[in-house]
Amino acid sequence: MESIKLAIDWLSIIAIPLIIFVFIGYGGIKKVKVYEKFVEGAKEGFNIGVKIIPFLVAMLMAIAMFRASGALDVLTYLLKPVTNLIGMPSEVLPMALMRPLSGSGSVGVMTDLMNTYGVDSLIGFISSTMFGSTETTFYVVAVYFGSVGIRKTRYALTAGLMADAAGLITAVFICRMLF
Amino acid sequence: MLNHIWLWMIILSLLIAAGSDIYHETATPEKERQTETQRNLNEDTKLGQVTSAAIEAVGRAVKIAIGLIGVMALWLGIMKVAEEAGMIHIIAKIVRPITKRLFPSIPSDHPSIGAMIMNIAANMLGLSNAATPLGLKAMEELDKINPKKGQASDDMITFLVINTSAITIVPATAIAIRASLGSGNPQMIVIPSIIAASMATIVGVTTVKLIQYFQKKNSKNSATAEHGGQNGIH
Repeated sequence: MESIKLAIDWLSIIAIPLIIFVFIGYGGIKKVKVYEKFVEGAKEGFNIGVKIIPFLVAMLMAIAMFRASGALDVLTYLLKPVTNLIGMPSEVLPMALMRPLSGSGSVGVMTDLMNTYGVDSLIGFISSTMFGSTETTFYVVAVYFGSVGIRKTRYALTAGLMADAAGLITAVFICRMLF
Repeated sequence: MLNHIWLWMIILSLLIAAGSDIYHETATPEKERQTETQRNLNEDTKLGQVTSAAIEAVGRAVKIAIGLIGVMALWLGIMKVAEEAGMIHIIAKIVRPITKRLFPSIPSDHPSIGAMIMNIAANMLGLSNAATPLGLKAMEELDKINPKKGQASDDMITFLVINTSAITIVPATAIAIRASLGSGNPQMIVIPSIIAASMATIVGVTTVKLIQYFQKKNSKNSATAEHGGQNGIH
């Protein structure tokens, strides 16, 4: 386990320099005017950054209001009976609800849970597995679709949240089995 | 769906905040309350907190977007060089057996395939700085073959769902926080995380494919209903 982790750590350090080396180097071999092409591509970076702004503003504003108002606490309270049915400790419910909404928010909830119940407790184990296995779906929808100006998201959020729910519930089951 | 969620997040936030303020103002006896001059209503009330949170969030949104520009430019530049050299083409060809099932409508040598694969690989390695720009590059390419601009295509949604349920081989942030809180075994979550994320990906892709299947079936049915009457063939 330790050596696998070391190998993966090294891989993630080497990955980016290696990709840059191979891609730019291959461009050189193929006689691509690398500097000119790089700049040509890079100039789009600004446009994309600016294009995302309205989408991100709308999304982060709604999420911040939802958190600050205590609406999340109300939702947690309402969903408690459901968590009991699927064997989820009700303490980790705020984590499950926060995870798709906010990355920094879920770091906060996870840290809080581990401080209160212990890092290596079942609750600590479940909350960090939840964090490690799912993404901030709302943020990804805003940024990815925003970058190409997509306002009609169709069934993207439904499918994204289904995936999140599956990940979160699986996290509970696996941790209960292993703990 | 996003329209509804957004609407209700904002309406509920304001109603709940207002409700809790009204409750607290009426429940606390007058003399126990601090005098109005001492109170900072902005911090003391839920409505004030919600407003501050919203203002803070919109500022943060702009900062995040601006902060993306640098890495975006870097990766878009590198991808442009790789595209010109034919590198993206080579990557797309290698992964063709998988991608032709997931994205049947995309030509197998399309540049979006190369960018999507690189985004997924970067996510797996936990290289979030590279993953987002590569993902956005993929979106840009997918939008070029999007028949309806401004509306997400089936392929875009499939990609997004794979992305949000991304399998990370090393969930570095979670491990780092566990370690900093003194866990005896911070890496314990690696295998459970991979299993949970795989499950999320399977359910997500299945959901997407089922929805696409039924939508295609519906549009086919309505098409045969229109034309079937003329030539009698179903």
